[in-house]
Amino acid sequence: MSEQEKRKTTAGGALLRFWQSVSVPLGAVVLALIIGAVIIEVSGASAWDAYASLAKGAFGNAAGWRRTLEKTTPLIFSGLAVAFAFKAGLFNIGAQGQLLFGAITAAWVGFAVHGLPPGIHAAVALTAGAIAGGLYGAIPGALKTYTGAHEVITTIMLNYVAMGFTDYLANGPLKDTSPGNIVARTPNILPSAKLPTWSWLPFGFLLAVAAAAVVWWILQHTTLGFEIRTVGQNPHAARYAGMKVARTVILTMVISALLAGMGGAVETQGVVGRYEPGFNANLGFDGITVALLGKTAPFGVIPAALLLGAMRAGSNVMQFHAHVAQEITDVVQALMLFFVAADVIVRWLLRMKAAEEGEKITLSTGWGSH
Amino acid sequence: MSEVLALEVRNIVKRFPGVLANDHVNFALRKGEVHALLGENGAGKTTLMNIIYGLYHPDEGEIFVNGEKVTIDSPHDAIRLGIGMVHQHFMLVPVFTVAENLILGAEPTKGWTLNLDAAREAVRRLSEQYGLEVDPDEVIEDMPVGVQQRVEILKALYRDAKVLVLDEPTAVLTPQEVEELFVIMRQLTERGVSIIFITHKLKEVMAIADHITVMRRGKVVGTTTPAETNEQGLAAMMVGREVVLQVEKSPAKPKDVVLEVKDLVVEDERHLVAVDGVSFEVREGEILGVAGVQGNGQTELVEAITGLRHIRGGKVLLRGKPTPERNPRYLIEHGMAHIPEDRQKHGLVLSYTIADNLVLCTYYKPPFAHGLQRNQAAIVENAQKLVGQFDVRTPSIFTTAGSLSGGNQQKVIVAREFSRPIKLLVANQPTRGLDVGSIEYIHKRIISMRDQGAAVLLVSAELDEITSLADRIAVMYHGKIVAVVDADKVTRTELGLLMAGSKIAEAAPAV
Repeated sequence: MSEQEKRKTTAGGALLRFWQSVSVPLGAVVLALIIGAVIIEVSGASAWDAYASLAKGAFGNAAGWRRTLEKTTPLIFSGLAVAFAFKAGLFNIGAQGQLLFGAITAAWVGFAVHGLPPGIHAAVALTAGAIAGGLYGAIPGALKTYTGAHEVITTIMLNYVAMGFTDYLANGPLKDTSPGNIVARTPNILPSAKLPTWSWLPFGFLLAVAAAAVVWWILQHTTLGFEIRTVGQNPHAARYAGMKVARTVILTMVISALLAGMGGAVETQGVVGRYEPGFNANLGFDGITVALLGKTAPFGVIPAALLLGAMRAGSNVMQFHAHVAQEITDVVQALMLFFVAADVIVRWLLRMKAAEEGEKITLSTGWGSH
Repeated sequence: MSEVLALEVRNIVKRFPGVLANDHVNFALRKGEVHALLGENGAGKTTLMNIIYGLYHPDEGEIFVNGEKVTIDSPHDAIRLGIGMVHQHFMLVPVFTVAENLILGAEPTKGWTLNLDAAREAVRRLSEQYGLEVDPDEVIEDMPVGVQQRVEILKALYRDAKVLVLDEPTAVLTPQEVEELFVIMRQLTERGVSIIFITHKLKEVMAIADHITVMRRGKVVGTTTPAETNEQGLAAMMVGREVVLQVEKSPAKPKDVVLEVKDLVVEDERHLVAVDGVSFEVREGEILGVAGVQGNGQTELVEAITGLRHIRGGKVLLRGKPTPERNPRYLIEHGMAHIPEDRQKHGLVLSYTIADNLVLCTYYKPPFAHGLQRNQAAIVENAQKLVGQFDVRTPSIFTTAGSLSGGNQQKVIVAREFSRPIKLLVANQPTRGLDVGSIEYIHKRIISMRDQGAAVLLVSAELDEITSLADRIAVMYHGKIVAVVDADKVTRTELGLLMAGSKIAEAAPAV
């Protein structure tokens, strides 16, 4: 009854609201692709060929799908991490560092702990990775709460600490000492710690989608989520209502970082099979793009990550077939972020179009102000 | 009639989805008059003014300025036609001087550089011409609100405004500042400026307006003059029925002490003592009103009592037990309700639905949550019940709080706070900026809370509110309670003197 009524009262607006929430990201993607096409054409290649081969590389066959989903998985986790923190009004730039700690911890548990049965070992390594990331995220949370240090600054700085420290570990105490190895990396994890991939479907991807569902549930349907959103929307009202703002801030950072750490662990256990610095580069940073492109909504993060993952996965094929440097995908990705951030440009373009069609959607909230 | 109207609108219609905001509105502003536009929140006053100022386009109707038909597509057009607007929330740069703010957007230059001397000169010239005293070199944030408002008016005059729209100009002013504003308005009209004065305060309308146009639900109900009507008549026009301006209440029957404040010392943001050794008690079934000019420590006092602010010294006891510091949840769970001074800052999450705002303080308890999981059905049911009970005017309980009018926002807060069993009600400025109907309603609710046995601490800068609601009145001055008097044994004059800091013995007997 009440649910039905809710649907009745909001169903008309729901479609409009959905369009309003996806229009800017979609517009940003289209604009970025158009500008990317211009750059490709100017450089003497065919934009059509480039994009077609990019898509083919990403989705053309089972191997393509597998590559795409493998690239997508850590981006979902890091995107969720950034999006989750965003709901409490926190900008977690530190997903990269948290992800590195998660990745190396999972690798360490994966190669150093012996004698666990396959499923259990994988679960223990994954949990350890998530916890390591989460604890690393508690630091900026606590710093913000108790000293007022802004999380953007502290998380950026802690990224450098994490990069340096994990490099040291991979090159020192945790280094693969097998004969012939000269690069910084850990030994391979045991088979019992590996996450499986069935044909084109990595297990980690399912975990990532499940994580998105859990995050959505926490935010929308739990008291904790209500507290987090209230702190994000109006910390004064949160305090007035008796919520513990400091605790909520720290807890949000921990959960956010936990997600990033889990992303690193999944990458180690599902794809790389060990910790090796280069493989995790930018996975956390790209989470910022994913979160913003996904409008910081848990289920918005999945398509956003899929888009970026597909571009990563298909760029090799594009370079091979269309003779366009893979780096063009970085350019397009950067442009997407640019247009999402500078959404005024996209809104302006969309409004022009709306005006031509004789429609206006902008005044819907104007009248009630007095 | 040879008289040329400064501004006239004919048959203005403005529709918004689901709402007829202006329904064939006619309005005529004579030259050199103060024309009050009176109406409850949501009556369509602001919509009409936004049409005149070019922010909205009317669906139908015509606008005439000085007898000529005009179209106003933007504020730019409005300014060009000599229409100036002073918004309720000032549009000033706080760290700039008066002169700098004045010229913002129309800067006089000397070669490539800003000509501030010309700006200062303009301030002086306008100040003299219209009798508005302002120092051109003073920085905005150092000025009292009343003077800031003068700068806003100067800004409009600098842009050659002949028609001034003042949107709720007195909402932010002290009684003295209101008096000063009225003097200024008179001076302006004497010099040929015509003023549209938007308000819902009846006293002010009676005091200053030449003509009064009353709006209700998008329509003009009628135009009258102060000589032809009185406050009762205006209130009835506004609300559409007779309104009780004076709340009826029976004598208080105070019982046990609920709230006891002992030697309380509280600091403000700058770590200066704002509440300086205050002691009082509030009993079941009585209303203690705290009167005082704003800024004498009332905000800090309330925040300390309600657990929002650090207490430097002294104690707050709830039913004999000391309360833990800065723990609103303890207080809420022990029967405190709090109507906060700033409803948009503390009272509501504007982006949340009404339903979510109604469980803001109880969201974690059954039936609204079972363990960690929120119970949407119970939250919806609660909202439907309270919206009906407290007469919140909204299209849906899923409407965001931010899109409600001020009166309805306040009703949401009152509904939430009154919906749990309460022992102590702390109400700070519960009716600030509200229309007559809402004020009447909230006053009645507060009295009925008292009659049900709650202890009420009422803080208000509106002396009328204190005198009509409170059973005892504590007057605050410079962080101290200078007197506690029985409400029926004190006159307004005596209260005024106490509020201005005169000694107890001179003004009224202490109780």
